Amino acid sequence: MTISLEETKNIANLSRIAFTDEELIRFQSSLEKILAYVDELKSIPTHNVEPLSTVTGLVNVFRKDDTHSSTVTEAILANAPQLKDGYYKVKTIL
Amino acid sequence: MNLAYKEISELRELLDTKHLSSLELTQYFFKRIKELNPLLNAYLTLSEEHAYYLAKRADDFINSPGNNPWLCGIPYAAKDLFLTKGIRTTAASKILDKYIAPYNATVINKLESQYAVLLGKTNLDEFAHGSSTETSAYGASKNPWNLSRIPGGSSGGSSSAVAGGLAPFALATETGGSIRQPASLTGTCGWKPTYGRVSRYGVIAMASSLDCPGTIALSVKDLVYTANAISGQDAKDSTTGNHNVHYTPEIPKSLAGLRVGVPREYFPEGMESGVKTRIYEAINILEKLGASITEVSLPLTKYGSLVYAIVCPSEVSSNLMRYDGIRYTHQSNKATDLYDIYCQSRAEGFGDEAKRRIMTGTYVLSAGYFDAYYKQAQKVRRLILNEFMEVFKKVDVLACASSPNVAVPIGGAKDNPLFGYIADQLNIPSSLAGLPGLSIPCGLATSTTGDSVSLPVGFQLIGPQWQEQILFNIGLIFQAETDFHKSIPQPLTI
Repeated sequence: MTISLEETKNIANLSRIAFTDEELIRFQSSLEKILAYVDELKSIPTHNVEPLSTVTGLVNVFRKDDTHSSTVTEAILANAPQLKDGYYKVKTIL
Repeated sequence: MNLAYKEISELRELLDTKHLSSLELTQYFFKRIKELNPLLNAYLTLSEEHAYYLAKRADDFINSPGNNPWLCGIPYAAKDLFLTKGIRTTAASKILDKYIAPYNATVINKLESQYAVLLGKTNLDEFAHGSSTETSAYGASKNPWNLSRIPGGSSGGSSSAVAGGLAPFALATETGGSIRQPASLTGTCGWKPTYGRVSRYGVIAMASSLDCPGTIALSVKDLVYTANAISGQDAKDSTTGNHNVHYTPEIPKSLAGLRVGVPREYFPEGMESGVKTRIYEAINILEKLGASITEVSLPLTKYGSLVYAIVCPSEVSSNLMRYDGIRYTHQSNKATDLYDIYCQSRAEGFGDEAKRRIMTGTYVLSAGYFDAYYKQAQKVRRLILNEFMEVFKKVDVLACASSPNVAVPIGGAKDNPLFGYIADQLNIPSSLAGLPGLSIPCGLATSTTGDSVSLPVGFQLIGPQWQEQILFNIGLIFQAETDFHKSIPQPLTI
């Protein structure tokens, strides 16, 4: 199972992680190894099998849509690398 | 008084009869930790001031009239995935090196309401990605039985702490082997709950459909006390089961009537022969205690790790997207635009294994590959679950090894993207099915990797969904009949 360097670059872009050229080649190789490892799964017959994403069987666990004021806002914002007036500060988007 | 390696019931007695205060007990452990942690690298952060506050609070409670909860005044360590308010929480990653948790995980709050005393945060593989702690940004933890060997992972700091006598018990998490395997490798007792038994609120997420907070301790009896303290439905985690939970530490009289299944696929080629021997001996003990033993077959076992190698990174890639260089402390100062902030901060903050899992997950979830990989993996996952449900119509519990080998030397995992998937092959299938598991010591075996040293072997029990009491019962009577769990490593010296 081969992955092109171009595809690896594309995945890196989607993952929002910067790689050096040398790293890209290393990760391309790792990805190929992992995909080779899991390749056998493709041949398992799964016609009419429902995909499983939760094991508890719980469905739609609701709570009342009550609001209350938060006591953790300040502590959460304290972990921001850059804040302004209680907002996360980011680089220009537009 | 030597207080290391005393079980919770012994400490409870000393505290309740006022032979010892929680403050003295806490001070004892900090002294020991400061002496030995440089050798073990089990702890990343110590929270002394907070611990002394909690210990004094526990002593006040003990000195007031009335009974004391089992964990009142008992010190413990928490894997550094559990948010602990006001205390540094890193997930063993550079990207969270300076992160201060804004609130407590539910499990931390539950332990605090029992007056247990948090000593500090233990090392792990970065974001729990691994089976040895070698992917930690802060270096690997060491196995107290042999400092050149891994303590297992990802909860390796927790297992090292308990096995090293640096905490009576420790919080840990398991997604695919991360409690059972390290417990096995360090001769400690590990409980991986049924998925949904324990709240994940405030636990840094790895794979949300698999993560299970649990505990590592010195005996099954101690695991029962911790299970009672941390289990239960939580309004803040809608994946928790709504059962009323109370486990008993009462030792059953015998195992008569218990049907034990031994799955033939859990003795793979490459399993160390010494491990195999110890497991068969442990199974014979169950038979001696009255259980009936049957060989069973779980043919889909070999696909477990393959399914996990797709499902886990997929969920990881989603969960780790939040580390954007904007909200969680680390931001690259090389960034010139927003795109850079994401890409450079994440490149700087994440280790190789985290990047590998994010990349793998992103690939298999991307358009054109989703059906072939992720959806197919989820279908095989259902087949694996169905296979377990079928086998539990014939037997009540499965018995096997927790790990195919004893602890390997540190350095074995390096740059091997498949290391964890192979190390955890005996744990992953039951994790995928959300089943409860227990690992308890059953003696030593000779390593076939590196020096021929004798290292602990873990006996694994896997139960049907929500049936932890069956596992606890077997463990309790096993530990009444044997004393493998009382073996501790040689004292460490600087």
